[in-house]
Amino acid sequence: MKRLILIIIILVMVFVLAGCSSGDREVLNILNYDIYIDRDLLKEFENEHNVRIKYDTYSTPEEMYIKVKAGASSYDLIFSSEYMIERMIDEGMVNKLNFDNIPNYKYIDQDFKNHPYDPNNEYSVPYFWGTLGILYNKNTVDVSSNSWEILWDENHSQRIIMMDSQRDSFGAALKLLGYSMNTVDENELDEAKDLLLKQKPLVMAYITDGAPDIMVNEEANMALVWSGEAVAAMAENENLDFVIPKEGSNIWIDAMIIPSTTTNQPLAEKFINFLCSTEATLRNIDEVWYSTVHTEAIKEVDEELLNNPAFNIPQEDIDKMEMFRDPKEFIDLYTQRWTEIAVQ
Amino acid sequence: MKNRTKYFAYPYIIWIIIFIALPAFLVLLYSITTKESDGITTIQFTLENFKNFFNPLYLNILWDSIYLAAVSTIICLLIGYPAAFIISNAHLSRRNTLLFLCILPMWMNMLLRTYAWMTILGNNGILNNLFSLLGLPTFNLLYTKGATVMGMVYNFLPFMILPIYTALSKMDRGLLEAADDLGADKKTVFIKVILPLSMPGVISGIIMVFMPAVSTFIIPQLLGGNKNMMIGNLVERLFIINGDWNFGSAISIVMMLIILLSMSIMNKFDIDKEGGARLW
Amino acid sequence: MVKKYLSKIYMAIIFIFLYAPIVVLAVFSFNESRSRGNWTGFTLKWYVELFYDRDIRLAFYYTISIAIISAIISTIIGTFAAIGINSMKGKTKSLILNVNYLPVLNPDIVTGISLMILYISFNMDFGFNTMLLSHIVFNIPYVILSILPKLKQLDVHITEAAMDLGATPMYALRKVIIPEIKPGIVTGFLMAFTLSIDDFIISYFTKGEGVTNLSIIIYSMARRGVRPTINALSTIMLTVVLILMILINKRTSAERVSKFKRKEVKE
Repeated sequence: MKRLILIIIILVMVFVLAGCSSGDREVLNILNYDIYIDRDLLKEFENEHNVRIKYDTYSTPEEMYIKVKAGASSYDLIFSSEYMIERMIDEGMVNKLNFDNIPNYKYIDQDFKNHPYDPNNEYSVPYFWGTLGILYNKNTVDVSSNSWEILWDENHSQRIIMMDSQRDSFGAALKLLGYSMNTVDENELDEAKDLLLKQKPLVMAYITDGAPDIMVNEEANMALVWSGEAVAAMAENENLDFVIPKEGSNIWIDAMIIPSTTTNQPLAEKFINFLCSTEATLRNIDEVWYSTVHTEAIKEVDEELLNNPAFNIPQEDIDKMEMFRDPKEFIDLYTQRWTEIAVQ
Repeated sequence: MKNRTKYFAYPYIIWIIIFIALPAFLVLLYSITTKESDGITTIQFTLENFKNFFNPLYLNILWDSIYLAAVSTIICLLIGYPAAFIISNAHLSRRNTLLFLCILPMWMNMLLRTYAWMTILGNNGILNNLFSLLGLPTFNLLYTKGATVMGMVYNFLPFMILPIYTALSKMDRGLLEAADDLGADKKTVFIKVILPLSMPGVISGIIMVFMPAVSTFIIPQLLGGNKNMMIGNLVERLFIINGDWNFGSAISIVMMLIILLSMSIMNKFDIDKEGGARLW
Repeated sequence: MVKKYLSKIYMAIIFIFLYAPIVVLAVFSFNESRSRGNWTGFTLKWYVELFYDRDIRLAFYYTISIAIISAIISTIIGTFAAIGINSMKGKTKSLILNVNYLPVLNPDIVTGISLMILYISFNMDFGFNTMLLSHIVFNIPYVILSILPKLKQLDVHITEAAMDLGATPMYALRKVIIPEIKPGIVTGFLMAFTLSIDDFIISYFTKGEGVTNLSIIIYSMARRGVRPTINALSTIMLTVVLILMILINKRTSAERVSKFKRKEVKE
């Protein structure tokens, strides 16, 4: 018995020490969306700079905000979407960047700078951009109407996948109604809510991140997805296609920010710079399939990808798109209604 | 001299205060205060969060959760009782094997077991593929209330079989023989003798299935497609996505009360205090 | 005779119900295609992919180390606490026992969020420490509950006699009490270990800084969609469990194991 206990204790020590052996290395604490980076890049950065990366993921910006706002975290680098970044900058949760450490910032396309969420480009470095649209199966869905209405088509009852994300789902409904995706008008939001409630019986499931897989398996006819998800799914099943409805959609920019909780800003900046290199960007494109903000990487992307309207989004569509803004205290109007839809 | 060992518990009392009592108190505190508006840290007491819960919307969720959990519990009972009965009547050498086979799935990660059903129930899943092979129509199985109930029955069925089996196997066989000798037919023996004697097992089975079922949030999420929320999903959403901890805490308190209440109701029926009927 | 066949068929149906999903998982872990439900050919590539998956490797490491450490610590604290509680009397004893029951009876989600609130109130960084602490918190009550019955059977007079003969409480503990309640301690340890390995909900609310466990990984993979790597992972886990169960089963009867597992009312 005693010998057994001794063996267990030794085993534990070995196990724990093996895990802590990196204790003297600098640590970089990252929070990112699920499946949003080529994981090998982490390993390479670790080896190259002799640091250790602690990598966490989340699925919606709201979830990330709560996590960071609660204060019990010390992330050095966060990847998120423009409207949430705007909110965090507003609330003083984000540090200004030292661009001397990020020389590769010069590769970032001017089109993705100077947007209202970070008007003077002091806090964030764009990572990817994309839009919201409908991924559908060409064999079953007729998209000739080219409208968000497709998502409300009763012929596809129980074959429609919606996103479990309040801004995106409301965005589609608001656009269909001809309103702004950033409305804070209660009546407009109520109309959108009624529309989403009307849709609920037709919806197969509310899922974030899982839709491409279901579409590839042809278990659903259409899904509200982000453009990169569509590219990934279309690469695996040629019956799938992507449409950006004529009423206009959302254009989003995901960017990297350094939260004020950081303990190692220079290292985080080094990592940002690493990701902004052409090679890292190309590898990330290969992994996440979203449209790139990188002026050099875009030149080296495959022809096939450039012909995909979900990757190389047509200018005429972009012209009709709207970027999310932080609704500030009016966010509760969205949250409350989205919860009501979910519980109904 | 006699009671010196009782001091051994003192560190644990401190532990209990910090890690069990204090967290419970904090949840209670959150449930009776308002969300602090930025900058102002004064605590304002309110019963608003509980009042909010009595909105028909949320009461519906509560009702739905209790309903779904109850349906799953009843199905578990209907399926589980005969199984326990058969096992307890099996030959001794086979009894252990049967029991072992009932327990084994429980040792597998619950999420994996739930996930497995996604593969089976999907629109192009195994069951539907089987149907179309046989020339039958296919059905929407995944992402329905039925799938949620199925997931709960599957995950919690062993919790029903085991306590009933324990109660049945403890039963004095002499009683059955006596009843038989006195001329009771099989049906009467079952209703008058076996069923009452196995009641403690049935009750603890009901508790052990109902409790985790009513508070689950994984099964409705993975198998129900987030369409029919249960109370656990609401709590998860309020904490993780909405950040409304005050309301979330209030619902947690309600959940706690439901569990404690159903426990105490069930305990009233529980005659055999020391037997296998209790949780332990 | 008919009845016998009926009951055989009934049990067969129950076992098909219980095992079909597991068999499906295992079979499809060797499936070439990613899509579910269609068999396209045999492959081991998902197992290879699993091996190279950094997330899964890390999660495996955290799962095992948290299970071992939390089981050891909660067994130590729980043993002392159980001995202490056992020699208490009256209201204090029942109060402590009742509070001790709380993490057992409470839905996991409530335990999880209450601990999350606690750590945030103390401004603790979420990560390995918070997850480990949480596991110890929910493990201890189970350890205590598995040791207490053994202590009840213990003859009080032996301890008293030892102390009357000049043994210090620690000596009496080591030489008299512990050997007597060893089966309870071992059960408690094993239970803490398995509870910790299996836990999802409490870990989900107390994770952070890159520290996850296998359950959390499986959850996020399952939410994302079907990944044959999960099937491979589950097949390996099931095989390990099966081997362990057969080994344990050789030592103890199934009935004892069943009693032991039954205490896990947890999800």
